[in-house]
Amino acid sequence: MKLVKNAAGRLVPIEVNGQTQIPFKGVGKYKPSGVKAKPLIRSCMDYPSYGNKVVKDLKTALKKAGLKDWMTISTHHHLRNGDAVTNLLFDTVKEMGIKNIRWFPSASFPVHSHLIKYLEDGTIHHIEGSMNGPLGKFTSEGKMKGVGVLRSHGGRYQAIQDGEVHIDIAVILAPTADPFGNATGDRGKSACGLIGFALGDSEYADRVIVVTDNLVLFPCVPWQIQGNNVDYVVEVDSLGDPSKIVSGTTEVTKSPDRLLIAEYVADFIEAAGIMKNGFSLQAGAGGTNLAFVLFLKEKMKAKGVKARFMRGGSTKYLVELLEEGLTDYILDGQTFDLEGVRSMRENANHVNTSPFTSYNFHGKGNFASMVDVAVLGATEVDVNFNANVVTHSDGYLLHGIGGWQNCLYSKCTILAVPSFRDRIPVIVDEVTTLCGPGELIDVIITERGIAINPLRKDLLKAVKASSLPIKDIKQIKKEVDEICGGVPAKPKLNKDKVVAIVKWVDGTVLDSVFEIAK
Amino acid sequence: MIKILKRSSAGKRGESVRSDCYFEIELKKSNGIKLDLKSKVESMYGESIKQMILDMSKFFGLKDAKILCEDNGALPFVLAARFELAVKRLFPQTMKEYLLPITKQNLYSTKKDQLRRSRLYLPGNEPKFFVNAGLHSPDGIILDLEDSVAPAEKDAAQLLVRNALRSIDFYGAERMVRINQLPKGLDDLKFIVPHNVSVILVPKCESAEQIHQLEKEVEKIKKQHKVENQIYFMPIIESTLGVIKAYEIASASKNNCALAIGLEDYTADIGTQRTNEGRESIFARQFLVNAAKAAGIQAIDTVFSDVADMEGLRQSVLEAKSLGFEGKGCIHPRQIKVVHEAFAPTTEEIEKAKKIVLAFEEAEKKGLGVVSLGSKMIDPPVVKRAQRIINLALLNNQISKDWRKK
Repeated sequence: MKLVKNAAGRLVPIEVNGQTQIPFKGVGKYKPSGVKAKPLIRSCMDYPSYGNKVVKDLKTALKKAGLKDWMTISTHHHLRNGDAVTNLLFDTVKEMGIKNIRWFPSASFPVHSHLIKYLEDGTIHHIEGSMNGPLGKFTSEGKMKGVGVLRSHGGRYQAIQDGEVHIDIAVILAPTADPFGNATGDRGKSACGLIGFALGDSEYADRVIVVTDNLVLFPCVPWQIQGNNVDYVVEVDSLGDPSKIVSGTTEVTKSPDRLLIAEYVADFIEAAGIMKNGFSLQAGAGGTNLAFVLFLKEKMKAKGVKARFMRGGSTKYLVELLEEGLTDYILDGQTFDLEGVRSMRENANHVNTSPFTSYNFHGKGNFASMVDVAVLGATEVDVNFNANVVTHSDGYLLHGIGGWQNCLYSKCTILAVPSFRDRIPVIVDEVTTLCGPGELIDVIITERGIAINPLRKDLLKAVKASSLPIKDIKQIKKEVDEICGGVPAKPKLNKDKVVAIVKWVDGTVLDSVFEIAK
Repeated sequence: MIKILKRSSAGKRGESVRSDCYFEIELKKSNGIKLDLKSKVESMYGESIKQMILDMSKFFGLKDAKILCEDNGALPFVLAARFELAVKRLFPQTMKEYLLPITKQNLYSTKKDQLRRSRLYLPGNEPKFFVNAGLHSPDGIILDLEDSVAPAEKDAAQLLVRNALRSIDFYGAERMVRINQLPKGLDDLKFIVPHNVSVILVPKCESAEQIHQLEKEVEKIKKQHKVENQIYFMPIIESTLGVIKAYEIASASKNNCALAIGLEDYTADIGTQRTNEGRESIFARQFLVNAAKAAGIQAIDTVFSDVADMEGLRQSVLEAKSLGFEGKGCIHPRQIKVVHEAFAPTTEEIEKAKKIVLAFEEAEKKGLGVVSLGSKMIDPPVVKRAQRIINLALLNNQISKDWRKK
């Protein structure tokens, strides 16, 4: 595989899975032109005029959709670790004797380790999306036939619109749908909130299959996915385990160190003058992220400050802010708990969004760049503020990018991370895998202090008089190395074999993930 | 006949273990050291862990042995303590100690009247809590060898606490150790006195004699190891007898810096239950404050054990403050800030203190023997208390350093 050095100094392939790749050229340096991908012309004459598109089962739908070897099937992670249908889908693909599928999920979860056997036997050729947990380990060990492609949520939309990924069949899991194919995620026994990750797929895929365990009479309202884009509807007994659909990342951390980080985040947002009437923020799930919202809430109440909108994964904590009048709107990208689902269903100011509105590189603007402050995590951050979210310091691929890359475009991007985990330094010399260029990352907040990117002289000035523990990032790294017992050794990687590539939001290749040396 | 052990183990193993490790050493007749390392941080620190184990084996004269190490991200000071323990469980007679260098950042000493508003208890055999404890800014950190350590792991905690005193950055907090009840606690001293401890907490103290014993032993070890830094004692009164003897205990040594109270045993002694209101212990607490102040040292209140109830904690500290206590025990880092806030002086207290301190400084400048504010004379103890309030206000960022100008 031929590798070249891109603008970030990382070695990347110029061809992957038979497709030509463009190496990263720098932030804001690459702008493709021409015409977007075009969906096929369809005619309503080919669909039942009485509106019933229900077919017997998934196998029938796949047959009617013309499933063949080497096709691309897309799925979405709305049901998270409770998803049972994606596994059933590939059981069916296997049963039909189909090979070499390109699986294009918006994200994968540990429940999908069921699919490892299909990666092994060639039913699935490779994954473009995210390779989490066991799938990441499988990929890192060089066992996948093709090369994995990691994209952000916005990058996924961009890849569809660029024609980089042509979806043959999209399978959309819908907690509620009608026979026409209108579908929503905010109600039904498997309610998950919104199903916006499937929006692009519903518009651009050749064939669209909606799978539901709550088939209602037409019309299914609201229609987060429009039935006019849907070919077939399949009813199943259950989409999966509801207890795993909306849980896991929604408890506030109890760790005193994480709480300290969260408190620093809230202190920083206030001290930097970001917390003022009409401001906006991006909050995700995960212990520290939830906790900083609680600290910030107290500050907002004390100062009588109200936000205009909060973007992000919604949880009961964001819902409380909305219901207590501390924010006018929640712009929800994915719903993390049942309170979020309820609020979206009942409150018109809890609005469902999609990667198109929030993140898409080919949109005429997007919401993420309008946000005043985004608080995110990372597995590693280096002394140049570059960050990694997909691999760990041992070189293993374990996470997807999610909306992380897209959120870096906020006016102030904060990474809230522990300076080390057990004996694994998080602040390092150079990240194992580059996912976010340092020029877009403004502040690193750890339990050992706050490092501000020297490019952000305005932020440095704004907090100069505060009592916050502002430190040079190199100082934090030095402290971490002293605690952990020296600079950690780099993982042993087989630099001849790229197992996955990391795409930047514009579709260029930012970095490569290499095979773990045997 | 002495049974010679061939095999020993130390540390913690299993799925839920974090920041700790497990060692097994099996003595062999030949073939040198055979090391089997399974580490979660193998790719990052595997080589340095192996080297450390080999160095330690050499140090302890271990020549032929099978060593198993299951490591879940233990820091070097933990690895060293666990390995040394496994060796010492094989050779209890060995006098050798594998000592890591003392962290430069910890080369500070404390004063007898140091602020001791909060002291954070850490279980002595749980290393994962040690490293970041100082970041939460307690006035003191207590590495506990007593109640939080299982009887079978006392030897493990002694080595771990010793290593922690040397290696962990306490970020300015006072380094405290709670030893076991005397006389057993005397055995703990050699693991802490030569290793940079600042305050020794003496649990269940009931007589001046115990403090004399402690002082004698501490002096002996200090001399042996040429320890020069000041080591203070904080007796903890936990029984009816202890309460009655409080003054005798408080004045038993010039090294006493504070008297603390623990109420679990005391309430059992008087045959009642602990309540949130604390009426049952009001005599003991007031008596203890009186005894401590009579001996010229600080009075420190017990812990507040409901870590979820921050408002209850705040009320409890305000009450303690009103009784004359100057500190409170903490069992969770989140309690520290609340304790500091509640001990902070009120705005009225600060304003009054400012006037007194300014009047005192004015009188000094003019060489006057008597300080007066308006028509009132001010006694020296009042001035001292005012200075203390100003210091506290400075520490809590309630006033700026240049408050005199404003």
